[in-house]
Amino acid sequence: MFLFITRRLFFALLLLLAVSVVTYLLFSALPVDPAALTCGKNCKPDLIAANRVRLGYDKPIVEQYWLFLKGIFAGRDYGMGQAAFSCPAPSLGYSFAQHECVTTLIGKTFPVTAFLSLGAFVLWMVIGVGSGAIAALNKGKWQDRLANAFTAIGVSLPTFYVGLLVLFSVVIWLDLLPFPRYTSPFSDPVQFLNAMILPWLTLAVLSAATYTRLTRNGMLEAMNEDFVRLGVAKGLTRRVILRKYVMRSAMVPIVTIAGLDFAALLGGAIITESVFSLPGMGKLSIRAVVESDLPVLVGTTMVAAVFIVLANVVVDILYGVLDPRVRTH
Amino acid sequence: MTLAETSFVSTESSASFIEGKSPRQLAWARFRSDRFAMFAVGIIVLYALVAALAPLICSVLGISPYELDGKALNDFGLPKGSFGGISAEHWLGVEPGTGRDILARLIYGARISMLVGFLATVVTTSLGIVIGVISGYKRGKVDAVIGRITDLTLAFPSLLLIIALTRPITQRLESMGIPEGNPARIAYIILVLGLFGWVYVARIVRGQTLSLREREFVEAARASGASTRRIVFKELMPNLWAPVIVTVTLALPGYVATESTLSFLGLGMLPPTASWGAMLGDSVRYYRADPTYLFIPGIALIVLVLAFNIVGDAVRDALDPKADRQSL
Repeated sequence: MFLFITRRLFFALLLLLAVSVVTYLLFSALPVDPAALTCGKNCKPDLIAANRVRLGYDKPIVEQYWLFLKGIFAGRDYGMGQAAFSCPAPSLGYSFAQHECVTTLIGKTFPVTAFLSLGAFVLWMVIGVGSGAIAALNKGKWQDRLANAFTAIGVSLPTFYVGLLVLFSVVIWLDLLPFPRYTSPFSDPVQFLNAMILPWLTLAVLSAATYTRLTRNGMLEAMNEDFVRLGVAKGLTRRVILRKYVMRSAMVPIVTIAGLDFAALLGGAIITESVFSLPGMGKLSIRAVVESDLPVLVGTTMVAAVFIVLANVVVDILYGVLDPRVRTH
Repeated sequence: MTLAETSFVSTESSASFIEGKSPRQLAWARFRSDRFAMFAVGIIVLYALVAALAPLICSVLGISPYELDGKALNDFGLPKGSFGGISAEHWLGVEPGTGRDILARLIYGARISMLVGFLATVVTTSLGIVIGVISGYKRGKVDAVIGRITDLTLAFPSLLLIIALTRPITQRLESMGIPEGNPARIAYIILVLGLFGWVYVARIVRGQTLSLREREFVEAARASGASTRRIVFKELMPNLWAPVIVTVTLALPGYVATESTLSFLGLGMLPPTASWGAMLGDSVRYYRADPTYLFIPGIALIVLVLAFNIVGDAVRDALDPKADRQSL
């Protein structure tokens, strides 16, 4: 088991290295001059040139990438003399648009995204698995049809549309909540909840749909399995069979997808954060797209990739724990 | 017909009055008896017809998606009358600001939305099937390499990259000779959706192929000297289309939604071309003054998606050989 985990982690690191190469090259190939963006429209050419040298954009691309990679582990210093500044490790570069180290920016925005993802995750698992189980136990009846309709709407409607519908109906048409304005949960928990409840709901409604479907189909499939027939033959109660046999078997694919979905959210819920003006990582990335702020784009892409890759490792390990058939191999 | 399928057919002479049916016939019969699903198929066909015959329908109704009707708007540029200006002349009202007929735009929008959804699905599915079958059938090194590429593709936050690369890549496509504006944007959307989307199909197909290739009918084909090509196309493919159809029916509406997200962000279709996404994105700007407009493209989308979902579910149920056997 230990060997398995170390091996998986090693491959995860290799994968992240590959991601960093592709990301760096991809964004460097964009037709944007990062140095020209360091100062406003009336920027003098010599200042641009100086900034280019200061930020290292005058070097060949391979060397730039190497400096980027080194910065992650050793931190990075820019410029010399009075104008010098540095981003301590782990440095992902320096945002010339926001005049901050990328790591600092991510550190500031990440908690918002983390709160958003965590709350949404809990809500959608409860809604999704619950409604999926109800649908499976009432296959073909109205509960099943209703759950099916809910799933269809959930998986297909664009996030921005659902988000805005929720926002308009609750805040503007029904006037139930004030317009969401994000505050830290530690300074004002009530306002924090006020701001988060709608984005949580939006994400939960959208994501729960997949889980409703997965739970329903997983349970129905498990009910046809021989081990369930065996349980029935042994005379186990329906409750025990459902909980220990059916649910457990149905949860295996759900754990996989839940881990990956959660990780994807942690990388920034771009649309939800934009709709509800939450100052999270998704908002940071969108701003970076608008401003062509390449270091921030590379940074947020990398952080998102780290979450996805790590989640994959965790899911693989959990898989063995949950499914006895995997363990024996 | 594969061996696995024919072996299902009853050959007992005592039961000769029972007509032998292949699993495919059985599945088709099961599917046809699901009236809900047949209704959904009808809706999809209707949508497709409306999209295909958009100019004809609009000329019969006497409406145009581009004609500006200033008379239908009041001094503030908002539709006259209640419910977004719904009237005998404009059945679903008019667009705020321009006075263009919403029904006509919805009909023309179906063309773009369904075209994007359809092409993206074709690209991702065919890529996914080919790569998945090769990966699962060849196993070994080929499978390992494809597996690593899959991991790499999945590691990227796709929406962020799709958004970030829209402008530079559409510009590049335009410089490569693809007509400027919407054709280049459609090409881009299909390209990136294909790039990120094949993985999901490939994974499912690979898993299915891995278990299929060990089955007796494949072994029999191999033993009787069938070529790899024959095994892949004649033995494996017919058994793969069930999971593929289910994936397709679920993927297509998702792609329509992605197009709308890009249009909402101003990276999709350029005005005055209508797409459901562009209409959704446009309508949210008038949420206070004209809430009716907000719901029309949304409902059109929900109905299509719902229809695809029902068909997908029905196909899966119909193809499940264990459908009639349940112990709980």
